[in-house]
Amino acid sequence: MSAPTAVGRGLLACSVCELVMRAPSGATQAICPRCGARIHSRKPHSLARTWALLISAAVLYLPANIEPVMITTSIFGAQRDTILSGVAYLWTSGSWPLAVLVFFASISVPLLKLLALAFLATSVQRRSTRRPLARTRLYRILEFIGRWSMLDVFVVMVLVALVNLQALANVQAARGVLWFGCVVVLTMLASMSFDPRLIWDAAGENDGRDARRT
Amino acid sequence: MAETPDGPEPGELPQARVVEKRRGGLPLVWIVPLVALLIGAWLAWRSISETGPAFVITFKTAEGIEAGKTKIKYKSVDVGLVESIELSRDRSKVLIHARMEKYAADYLVEDSRFWVVRPRIIGASIQGLDTLLSGSFIGMDVGSSKTERRDFSGLAEQPVVTADDPGRHFILKSDALGSIGLGSPVYFRRFPVGEVESYQLDKDGQGVMTRVFIKAPYDQYVNAETRFWEASGIDLKLNASGVSLDTESLASILVGGIAFQTRGDAKLANPAAENAEFRLFKNRETALSYEDVVAMPFAFSFKESLRGLSIGAPVDFRGIVVGEVTDIQPQFANDAIYMVAFAKVYPDRTATRQVGESARLKHGWTREQAFDELVKIGMRAQVRTGNLLTGQLYIALDVFKGAKPAKIDWDEKPPRFPTIQGSLTGVEENIATITKKLAAVPFEEIGEDLRRSLGELEQTLKSMDRLVKNLDQETRPEVSETLADLRKSLDSVERTLSQEAPLQQDLRGALREISRAAASMRTLTDYLEQHPESLIRGKPEEK
Repeated sequence: MSAPTAVGRGLLACSVCELVMRAPSGATQAICPRCGARIHSRKPHSLARTWALLISAAVLYLPANIEPVMITTSIFGAQRDTILSGVAYLWTSGSWPLAVLVFFASISVPLLKLLALAFLATSVQRRSTRRPLARTRLYRILEFIGRWSMLDVFVVMVLVALVNLQALANVQAARGVLWFGCVVVLTMLASMSFDPRLIWDAAGENDGRDARRT
Repeated sequence: MAETPDGPEPGELPQARVVEKRRGGLPLVWIVPLVALLIGAWLAWRSISETGPAFVITFKTAEGIEAGKTKIKYKSVDVGLVESIELSRDRSKVLIHARMEKYAADYLVEDSRFWVVRPRIIGASIQGLDTLLSGSFIGMDVGSSKTERRDFSGLAEQPVVTADDPGRHFILKSDALGSIGLGSPVYFRRFPVGEVESYQLDKDGQGVMTRVFIKAPYDQYVNAETRFWEASGIDLKLNASGVSLDTESLASILVGGIAFQTRGDAKLANPAAENAEFRLFKNRETALSYEDVVAMPFAFSFKESLRGLSIGAPVDFRGIVVGEVTDIQPQFANDAIYMVAFAKVYPDRTATRQVGESARLKHGWTREQAFDELVKIGMRAQVRTGNLLTGQLYIALDVFKGAKPAKIDWDEKPPRFPTIQGSLTGVEENIATITKKLAAVPFEEIGEDLRRSLGELEQTLKSMDRLVKNLDQETRPEVSETLADLRKSLDSVERTLSQEAPLQQDLRGALREISRAAASMRTLTDYLEQHPESLIRGKPEEK
């Protein structure tokens, strides 16, 4: 049972000037007759891009968590903190809510995003028909919380700017924060390049869409 | 691949323009994971290649050491990090698992040393103050060995000298540890040239070994003739020349120290080798005056009590202290108890080394033979009183003419030096003999006899008394009668001899005749003298 869609009706919309037009037949590239933008009925190479960015993010997720993100130099000696050691420090020093927040935003969110996007992409590829609505919601949540992962980067940034007392105390950003920022940006890009319409296409909910077409 | 549109009003919509679809191979986006993988691989390779070797340091306690925080520093440069801390299985030690930086991997050699740096006062200076703020770290000294090693035993104390300091180590042996500590300075002509590095008991517990380090340009002044002494404290002496006060620097009074100087001509002596052993003398005087290179242990066994002979008492040869008593023990042998004093004798003290040696060598004697010769001419050991007030004894070596012949058995350990009974003990013995003889006198019997004699005397006196009484009563009247008779007789004698008495007259006449006869005799002899011929021829006729 398929629902009527624009594609099903042979229609395309220009993503730039919003002109609705009839789609050309055959494996050709449609061009908007009004503004000349290239028009796709779905995001092109959506799954491939998603996968590529996802894999990159996953690769960089490891060094982001292993390498130190911050070097604190004080008269008591230098200290290199990774994200996890920061969480552990917050936890042992009694700031449990803060520790939970940082753990959630910096460690679990990127990880969950990676896993969730991988799940979505896999489900589309396997033409899963199960609960497309729930999966679409999951995608929406992902898009929403993705930016919160930058919290850690902001903390380091603010500390570097604030704590600069020369010999007494000094905070420097370490390489880990770069990898971490990359992970966050890559996962955001990956979720952006994923086309949620594919969920419905693959579930066979949309008429006129070849299930193979991505 | 849209199918034919079948919307309600497709004709009203514009038709999309069409261009040829670019059919590329792999989308460009796949460069991103490729770059990410490259970055990941590069990071992984770097972290693996930069990971230095892990090793273990054993410490007594992990005080001040924190896993993941405490650094290992060599010359104040971070070369490693403590990774974890655990207790040894028997809980007696702490195992510190640490990892070295990659470039410092070859620092882990056989004789590398590790210690925990804490603030402390060493010598006259304070070290490690920075650890008060930053917490302790593990100090390291890289050894010179080429053999790799991964398990180390941490030092309890920070070493004073690191392996790459130029200079030489020497070992000083002494009976007891003086007032010196780690880092105590070593002086040469009151100039600090080194430090005390460590000290420990001998293996057999018979003495203390102090290890000192002399810094590079100064170690050349240490040679075979160098004498070390404890320069700590104040040496106040009162002697015939007055009061003399001898100290090294003020710091050495407080923290102790060691000084050295070379006896005699330093140029002649060979420089001392690394780890050469020296004796550590109590003070400068003994260090420079005695040449106790050779110490010969002897046992002196005496029959008499050695009360007053203490350990450390001198062995004296006519006023020269040539040794000291090290131990006193009773020994049971031949059904008698002997008191045996063990002593070290320094034979070279009797002469300067050169002279003594040359005399001995002239005869071709060994030291033992020299002693044999001395014993042969009568050298014996004797216990003498050094101080009559305190009763302190000493062992005197002296030559006793007419001593019983004796020999030293050099196979005995230690050899037994022949002894002779002490001078004071001789006196005591004589007194004892007299006392014994006195004791043998039968005073009781004598008393008894005396009493008896006195009794008899009394009786005698009594009979005398009786006699006198008798005399008084019975004889007196007779005596007075006799006396009266006597007077009568005397009266008659007087009468007889008086001038007018006829006896007197006759006597005087007779005497006159005799003198006349004598005169004529004289005349005769005179004549005879002048005319001796008259005896033959007779008197010539008067003309």
